[in-house]
Amino acid sequence: MKTIKIASGQGFWGDWLEAPVRQVRLGSIDYLMLDYLAEVTMSILSKQKKRNPDYGYARDFVDLIREILPDIVTKNIRVLANAGGVNPRACANAILAEAKKQGLADKIRVAIVEGDDLVNRIDELLDAGEALKNIDTGEPISRIRDSIESSNAYIGCEELVKALDAGADIIVCGRVADAALALAPMVHEFGWSETDWDKRAAGIIAGHVIECGAQASGGNCSLDWKSIPDLANIGFPIVEMRSDGVFWVCKHDATGGRIDVPTVTEQLIYEIGDPENYIVPDVIADFTSITLVQDGENRVRIEGARGKPHTDFYKVSTSYLDGYTAFGTMVYSWPEAAEKARAAADIVLERLRQLSLPLDRIHTEIVGVDACHGTLSGPASEELSEAMLRVAVHSQDRAAVQRFTREIAPLVLSGPPSATGYAGGKRQVQEVMAYWPSLVPRSAVKTSFEILETS
Amino acid sequence: MKRIQLIDIAHGRSGDKGNKANIGIIAKAPEYFPLLVKHVTADRVKAHFTEFCHGAVERFELPNLMALNFLLHETLDGGGTVSLRTDAQGKTLCAALLRMYIPLTI
Repeated sequence: MKTIKIASGQGFWGDWLEAPVRQVRLGSIDYLMLDYLAEVTMSILSKQKKRNPDYGYARDFVDLIREILPDIVTKNIRVLANAGGVNPRACANAILAEAKKQGLADKIRVAIVEGDDLVNRIDELLDAGEALKNIDTGEPISRIRDSIESSNAYIGCEELVKALDAGADIIVCGRVADAALALAPMVHEFGWSETDWDKRAAGIIAGHVIECGAQASGGNCSLDWKSIPDLANIGFPIVEMRSDGVFWVCKHDATGGRIDVPTVTEQLIYEIGDPENYIVPDVIADFTSITLVQDGENRVRIEGARGKPHTDFYKVSTSYLDGYTAFGTMVYSWPEAAEKARAAADIVLERLRQLSLPLDRIHTEIVGVDACHGTLSGPASEELSEAMLRVAVHSQDRAAVQRFTREIAPLVLSGPPSATGYAGGKRQVQEVMAYWPSLVPRSAVKTSFEILETS
Repeated sequence: MKRIQLIDIAHGRSGDKGNKANIGIIAKAPEYFPLLVKHVTADRVKAHFTEFCHGAVERFELPNLMALNFLLHETLDGGGTVSLRTDAQGKTLCAALLRMYIPLTI
């Protein structure tokens, strides 16, 4: 039976830049998939596109292609990435320009996938009777209509498969569901039918395992983390998918990290809800149906995946401006580090109270004592060597947040002793992007692909 | 009654889904899984995270992975980009759950 190798190159925008380069150079792979988009990414890219219509995509991806283009041409590796953000066309054009510079423009075909971006279609959808209600709160989207920055449907693998069928070597898309980047090559290579739900579920589960990069190969692993070898040279995961839906998770030889049942299982249960109904555009996958077996060193076999028909909806993620935030920090040393940090927090809170700023949320925490686990952390040790006060605020009023940023530094002369570490530059006021999850009927979203011509 | 801390019999990972936190825990050996099923109930997890979790706790079983998955609603101070906390995405909440003690008997 035929098997293909799909390698993960990025788990998020900002992930290790060396990882995809090593994936194409340290061993043989057929496909490279890269996930660049988190929810927050779309609003950032949307802002960039507003400032410059040629922006709005992950420019890291173009830098990567510049570096690996000769490798992928020589080795015939095809690349799928959601680096297109809110401007796949501009991203693809930048790649074509790079290929031209390297004299390789006639060697690669670059495709884009479009249709996921709904930001200019909101009113049309509302007019057509789609309320785009928040699936958590039930509120209609009209409440935030004027604050919307971006709006994208999570689409499936369909257009990517068509692009691969048409001969695309590099596919640049926007808000495609992460795991669909891995499913597309499988459907293309094996011809899995649109209703072969079990195989599609296998492909999505495989995609879920590798979409967060090294989190499946020993990174962020809470079991015996100290025993995991050479995290500095961690090998990102690779899926070997067989045409019958059985697959292996592995990595290149001579790389660090570990692939075993515990490391893969930690990733399987990451960011899922109901495991029997993992809903993506291409299928509903059942994570309780699979079995994992160690099948050689750094090699785990997964089989038995079951799936059900997909829903009639796409999930839509809409970002909107929701006020402003800032935070400030101050470090206190032994003795009584935690006590000093708490006293300093009380001073800031009292001074803010006297200012009567229209702040709707104020949060104080002591890093080193309770920032992560709250009161579950238990009492701080009196011998604690140092503690960092962190105060954060939120307001719809930018000026109020700006005023808050002046309230931390004065602690160094007017609060508890042995205060330091405040010179981290002027604290910046940040816009807050909130997210509005909703559903839209699939029929309302028109997706397409296009192979771009070299000019 | 003899008790054991979850860190000694389980490992796992946590993350965010909007304002919901997902915490998955996995038994370190098959004999520990029934202990997790019996004692790490949705109610106990809700009580454990009383300071963070302002909504419901759902529990799902994955016996094939010797794992339990918890979905904690209204737990991330508004969600990853809105939260004012250091751990805005709930990345350390799995470790916080592994602080829990449970009886060592079924």
